[in-house]
Amino acid sequence: MNMNTNVSVNVRHILLAEDDPRDAKLTLAALAEHNVDNKVFHVTDGEAVLDYLNCEGKFKGREGGNPVAIMLDLKMPKVDGLEVLKIIKAEEKLKTIPVVVLTSSREPSDLIDCYEQGVNAYVVKPVDFAEFAQAVKQIGGFWVMVNEPPPIGKEAAPTSGSDVIFSLKKKSRDQIGAGT
Amino acid sequence: MNTSIKHILLAEDDPRDAQMTLAALEEYNLINKVFAVHDGEAVLDYLYCRERFEGRVGGNPVAILLDLKMPKVDGLEVLKIIKADENLKTIPVVVLTSSRETPDLIDCYNHGVNAYVVKPVDFDAFAKAVKQLGVFWAAVNEPPPEIGGEKTSICNGEVISLEKKEVKNAIPAPTSHPTLRR
Repeated sequence: MNMNTNVSVNVRHILLAEDDPRDAKLTLAALAEHNVDNKVFHVTDGEAVLDYLNCEGKFKGREGGNPVAIMLDLKMPKVDGLEVLKIIKAEEKLKTIPVVVLTSSREPSDLIDCYEQGVNAYVVKPVDFAEFAQAVKQIGGFWVMVNEPPPIGKEAAPTSGSDVIFSLKKKSRDQIGAGT
Repeated sequence: MNTSIKHILLAEDDPRDAQMTLAALEEYNLINKVFAVHDGEAVLDYLYCRERFEGRVGGNPVAILLDLKMPKVDGLEVLKIIKADENLKTIPVVVLTSSRETPDLIDCYNHGVNAYVVKPVDFDAFAKAVKQLGVFWAAVNEPPPEIGGEKTSICNGEVISLEKKEVKNAIPAPTSHPTLRR
């Protein structure tokens, strides 16, 4: 797995919460097109999102500060996306982290629930593969390249157990493919 | 029946920045409209359909691009009011400002801003940032469902289509702009 050891102290990173392995792979590959030195940290259930953000459980002692954005699926095991969103937006230390829901659901009730809970943005996953990739690139284009995240404390490289950091450099796309 | 047209509300008092923003957004070729106002009071009048926007139809914008330094009511105050109002708080607000000051960032995020974009000084970088912003908020983001009834037509006078033929006429000289007559 690509653990980039040349990470600077203040590395901006995204937290991707996606339980479907195929969607995760597509998302990571699409984000990799940006060719910038951002990292994507991938978790597969809601509980891991919260542990990551709170530096608890297997992420105890994690360094690296808050992600610049969280891409959050809604239907996930253990703790679902809406519950994660509610918890994040109710917590003083976490509520300003931009949360972008990325979900198959276009249900008005899901939209309303997420916006009521303060989601920053809501993206419906296109069914078509190429459109999905394009949407994810545009998410990355805005939230990684354009948006100014809330000021955070000093960051160092994230450290973790079994979850993987994917560099967004093009050369790592093959490693992503091989790794999953 | 939903008869509203997806539109963006741009709140920008600097005519040059407004023109550059509109020009950058026009590259899309989407059926979106951009409605431009030039001070914070006008943003609120627009959203509340009052004063000169009384009877405005067309529903909420899919996003508000909000400058911070504006006359009458500044952007942060507008943001606070929007995010405290049950009927308006779910409208995505994207601050678009020259300020990279930490207190401004903290204030905006603490008041629930959806996104915060610092205007690049370089013209090309500015245009690129606005395009990325436009693509995301006009085409990729799914806005909150419109609540409540709507009537049938968009408010007259300042709707600026993103079709090329209309944008070049879209920014009248500031002294003659209807919104500045007060």
